[in-house]
Amino acid sequence: MTKPLAVPVDEDHVRSRRRSIKDTMLGLAFLGPSAVIFTAFFFYPLYRLVWLGLHQQNRTGTRERWVGFSQYADTLTSADFLDGVRISATYVLYTVPLGLVLGVLLAVVADRKLRGIKVFQTIFASTVASSVAVASVIFFVLINPQVGYFGDVSFLSLSDPGSALRGVALSSVWQNLGLTFIIVLAGLQAIPAEINEAATLDGYGPFRRFWRITIPLISPSLMFLVVVLTVFAFQAYAQVDILTGGGPAGATETLVWKIFSDKEPSQYGEGAVMASGLFVITLGVTLAQFRILEKRVHYGA
Amino acid sequence: MSAGATATGDPTLGPVWKRASWYAVLSALSVLVLFPIYMTIVRALSTPRDYVQRGQPLYPVAVQPDIFGRAWTQGDLGRQMALSAVVTAIIVTAQLTTSILSAYAFSFLQFRGRTAMFYLFMATLMLPLEVTLIPNVDTVQSLGWFNSIQGLTAPFLATAFGTFLIRQGFLGIPRDLRDAAALDGFGHLAFLWRVAIPITRPVVASFGVIAFLSAWNQYLWPRAIVNEAKWNTIQIGLKNVGAANVDEMNIGVAAAIIAALPVLALLIFLQRHLVRGLTAGAVKG
Repeated sequence: MTKPLAVPVDEDHVRSRRRSIKDTMLGLAFLGPSAVIFTAFFFYPLYRLVWLGLHQQNRTGTRERWVGFSQYADTLTSADFLDGVRISATYVLYTVPLGLVLGVLLAVVADRKLRGIKVFQTIFASTVASSVAVASVIFFVLINPQVGYFGDVSFLSLSDPGSALRGVALSSVWQNLGLTFIIVLAGLQAIPAEINEAATLDGYGPFRRFWRITIPLISPSLMFLVVVLTVFAFQAYAQVDILTGGGPAGATETLVWKIFSDKEPSQYGEGAVMASGLFVITLGVTLAQFRILEKRVHYGA
Repeated sequence: MSAGATATGDPTLGPVWKRASWYAVLSALSVLVLFPIYMTIVRALSTPRDYVQRGQPLYPVAVQPDIFGRAWTQGDLGRQMALSAVVTAIIVTAQLTTSILSAYAFSFLQFRGRTAMFYLFMATLMLPLEVTLIPNVDTVQSLGWFNSIQGLTAPFLATAFGTFLIRQGFLGIPRDLRDAAALDGFGHLAFLWRVAIPITRPVVASFGVIAFLSAWNQYLWPRAIVNEAKWNTIQIGLKNVGAANVDEMNIGVAAAIIAALPVLALLIFLQRHLVRGLTAGAVKG
């Protein structure tokens, strides 16, 4: 994160003190609205999350008792939670590498000077216009077992527990294609033309130039995308809600699905622990990917 | 594919066959990207039963030209669009206001605890909605805000992302400009309104576009706090596509197409801002 701007000290001490009181009042007034929202909907819930994790409530939520860390221990080792983690992790594997490769392919092909290239670039970016819910309806049309165009393709079949997650994942891959394309293309366009010219003069063929020059230079964009797409995958909910409802046989119950389907007060505690688990996982994934990739990533130009 | 790591140069130069083959590749990939959308339009236009009986062809069957109108009235799309529009307008306006104000405080005002406040604000970026969902649903329920505009908007009236982005823009304003404006008798409010915002308009616009995109596309939150059909936003209304009987299925499909139109317009007319907003995170790293 960037350091706040350093400000030179005013020479007129008295005036500066009067100004600093005024600045403080104004500063608090300006930060006030955001601070209220953040307190009510970010910091207080964080406290509540811990509190809920340490307590168990009755079915109506009118009474609760302290259960300490046992609820954490029980929930985090429960088959339900581990299943959700496994399904969400598999979802990451299905969506991130494929999505990234396709996005890079589209961006590389569309990064050239041709008449009408803007039209193709808009087409490739077009899936950003689709929300997760819209993408889910689109893939409902394509792969729903009863009415889908590819409804009988067994590799993506939503009615088979072995393949349903792949079908759902494909909708995410398609939906994220536009975002991936836009970010990779921006990365490619930031590469100075001289670098590629110099590489060509040095006898680099197109393949070598792609692996040795292009990929290292766009690696910050790629790293950003790996993190963002992974976090998206861990947050998958609408796709499941619209395409499979968690089925068949619970095969598409992602972590968020499990957290959210525990809606009764008696299950708030469990849900809160799972949500803390999700928080730790996404935070951990983000930090780990930054650390691993940072060593290989070329920040330059 | 990797032959294309760079631009090929002037479009009028280069062998014709080479350009032609790039057009072929570009067109093939376009078909691949657009195929799901095309099939959705085919499906929306077709009479569901006839379409299935004809063996689900690549073209519409027994076209219902009034399907979009029917989706609007029968599918309750008019109400859902209006609700989504109001919710989105409130969220975008509020996020712009709160982000600009806090960004200004973090870049032009001096006060004790500013740095600590800044880090506290930024910490909220680490907390996705999914994590705080259960307590927030609880809060909104106890406020009696289920099925209401307040409930749909309250948690999103401020965002650290906007604060961060706009602050980056404000930090780019030379300090001298503020000092000169102060000598001219500009107070902070006048400086903010007449200098800082106009100068950083591209950043503010890019953030506005992103705020619109995420507000319009919300799913999990409205799904969690709405349990009356008349409070369905356009996005959660789409869930009905699976529940409808077969003869009505294309109403839900048409609804999905209509739901995407406002964002599609954004992509076409404000592409520059959309791209700038989406890449803001990537460039900062």
